[in-house]
Amino acid sequence: MAGHSATEEKLDHLQHHFIDSDQQFEASKMGMWIFLVTEILFFGGLFVAYIVYRAWYPDLYLLASEQLDTFWGAVNTFVLIGSSLTVAMAIRSAQLNQIKGLIINLWITIGLACVFMVIKYFEYAEKFAKGILPGSYYSYEGVAHEKANIFFSIYYMMTGLHGVHVIIGIGLMLWLVYKAKKKVFHSGYYTPVEITGLYWHLVDIIWIFLFPLLYLID
Amino acid sequence: MATNEEIKNRKRIQVRRFVPEEFPEKHYLNEEKGLWAWLTTVDHKKIGLMYLASIAFFFFIAGVLALLLRTELLTPARSFMDADVYNQVFTLHGAIMIFFFLVPSVPAVLGNFVLPLQLGAKDVAFPRLNLASFYIYVIGALFTFYAIASGGVDTGWTFYTPYSATTGGNVMAMTFGIFILGFSSILTGINFMVTIHKMRSPGITWSKLPLNLWGLYATSIIQILATPVLAITLLLLTMERLLGIGIFDPAMGGDPVLYQHFFWFYSHPAVYIMIVPGFGIISEVISSFSRKTIFGYWAIALSSLAIAFIGFLVWGHHMFTAGQSSLANMVFSFLTFLVGIPTGIKIFNWLATMYKGSIDMKTPMIYAMVFLFLFTIGGFTGIMLGALSVDIHLHDTYYVVAHFHYVMMGGMVMAFLAGLHYWWPKMFGKMYSEFWARISAALLFVGFNMTFLPQFVMGSQGMPRRYFNYIDQFQPFHQFSTLGAYIMGVAFVLMFGYLLHSLLKGERAKANPWGSRALEWQTTSPAPLHNFEHTPVIVNGPYDYHKPMSEFQLGIANSHNGHHHHEEVSAKRTETEQA
Repeated sequence: MAGHSATEEKLDHLQHHFIDSDQQFEASKMGMWIFLVTEILFFGGLFVAYIVYRAWYPDLYLLASEQLDTFWGAVNTFVLIGSSLTVAMAIRSAQLNQIKGLIINLWITIGLACVFMVIKYFEYAEKFAKGILPGSYYSYEGVAHEKANIFFSIYYMMTGLHGVHVIIGIGLMLWLVYKAKKKVFHSGYYTPVEITGLYWHLVDIIWIFLFPLLYLID
Repeated sequence: MATNEEIKNRKRIQVRRFVPEEFPEKHYLNEEKGLWAWLTTVDHKKIGLMYLASIAFFFFIAGVLALLLRTELLTPARSFMDADVYNQVFTLHGAIMIFFFLVPSVPAVLGNFVLPLQLGAKDVAFPRLNLASFYIYVIGALFTFYAIASGGVDTGWTFYTPYSATTGGNVMAMTFGIFILGFSSILTGINFMVTIHKMRSPGITWSKLPLNLWGLYATSIIQILATPVLAITLLLLTMERLLGIGIFDPAMGGDPVLYQHFFWFYSHPAVYIMIVPGFGIISEVISSFSRKTIFGYWAIALSSLAIAFIGFLVWGHHMFTAGQSSLANMVFSFLTFLVGIPTGIKIFNWLATMYKGSIDMKTPMIYAMVFLFLFTIGGFTGIMLGALSVDIHLHDTYYVVAHFHYVMMGGMVMAFLAGLHYWWPKMFGKMYSEFWARISAALLFVGFNMTFLPQFVMGSQGMPRRYFNYIDQFQPFHQFSTLGAYIMGVAFVLMFGYLLHSLLKGERAKANPWGSRALEWQTTSPAPLHNFEHTPVIVNGPYDYHKPMSEFQLGIANSHNGHHHHEEVSAKRTETEQA
């Protein structure tokens, strides 16, 4: 810190109803953690549906899972885990006041998220071409089970909702890059970076559950 | 316990007394002017008032629908509307009352208004998020209007599959509207929880937290844990209609009972979202108007949390006849009985608070009494419905309708009215006519019992709910019930009248018209834009009526803590204390 006046200047971010930066930071962080709890319950409904129908049709899950490409699923898993690392590095850079490093790490994270979505796009396109479409549009004959559509309905709901979360994450990080370029963040204020990082880790963790549950059961 | 070392290191603050100014010229209602300032405000009090206007509007609409239903039921056959219209009207009455009035009523209106005041905070933790949650509510409402205009919905407020996946009308817009509305509820819950955790004034420990905030805290937990499940359920239902994903469709290998499980996993806790904040209000009102310390502070506080917890384990009691295993039925029935324990604890503690108190029968207290009476009936009939053998007989009859209305209207709406009348002077700085308020409360009480007591009888004799026609034997009950509904309608019109009169020509309210010790009454009426011109310091519990008022009006003596750099408080007497 370069002296008293500089410290005062760096309090721009403090909103009127908080006493100090610490209170504001802790409140925001707690709010994000609670939001993540709601996200887990949101996906929880789908996980329950997954469990119920897997108990009803165990052989269907084994058969249908063969249609999913384990190799590209695994690549995507590594891509997302890598992006979790870079977002953590972005937070570290912000804590150390290295704004350039923050921006670079955010760009890498955004890049990895886009790679994930592109791979997901090719996976979806390949299935659509085969006639594996959600719900009543399902027309594929390759899975020898009359309820095959149920598995793919759950697959599309889970991965689709996860994909929406990835896209929201990309949007948030683009916004962070914009703010970082305007020199909003520094070691005394990086709350949005921190809580977006928390969100991104959740998106990553949900995929880490989806990957074995959908791809690795055969 | 604090060690000596800690005590030595503890920061000492200078406090002095701040007596709230009477009849302030500048307050939150007139400091910023114009429609635009209102629509973009991040002030929790104004957002609370905007919610109040919205839910009053929805309460009016759904209330009119209820009167139409009751009018139709005057005769056994068709009176003036067709059966299809009747189905749509009862669906809208239920859906609007529950999702647009009951769920947001206490948390979003009274909670928003009073929570930061009771904490001595300037605002909730995330004021912009708070405003966003209001607009999310508005967007959800617009979708619902679109659903009504484009074909209506006739599924009942529960949207059970497979009917809701196949029927005509615009179920998708309706469920999508409620999906959006859920986010408003979640965001409010997050906001309240963080605010209670992080923004308490110096001295407000967990054991000095007003019971209203314990109620709102328990409510927030339920909102956070249950609402996302409703969101995913309605999303799945929307996808069912859009793509036919088949998760709830038996023809495609799905399970409609799974929908019921999902739905009630939210909607049973949701009835506690509606009632638990009401408990908080009743605690405040009973203590204030009995001039007495609340009896069993921790018992009331923890029983709210206990209800929130048990509320998550009883959803199966809505499905006793839906083909659950009998083991599951027994477990759910047993767990349902457990809800009676914390609820009973509350009722007895409230009664014990009143015992030997100097009870002042002002309007809020009258509503609290009405609440105790009606809610107890609602609670006991709920226990009866939780009993397996009885439920087989009473399931889907008017008995359930009556029970639900005794809990929701007799409990929740009465608690809301108690809170509205209690905090009205703080909201608008005006008093209402005590005389007309009492008449209206009496009419409401009479009308309510006339409407719903006969429904218990009809239900136990086998009158099914949601039916358009009925056999002649039930006609006297239905007519009596309809008459009661009209009386309630008159009572609400009367209430609207005297509240409007209070707003326009009412006598100005003093800062603390009830002589309450609670923190929100230790600021001006209406409150200043940032609630307090000082940082309040709390040394006593919120219900310590045996301690002098001066000990409840303390604040940090130096002025550099807030963002106001000058003070405009007319302190009559300065006391210096070490806290």
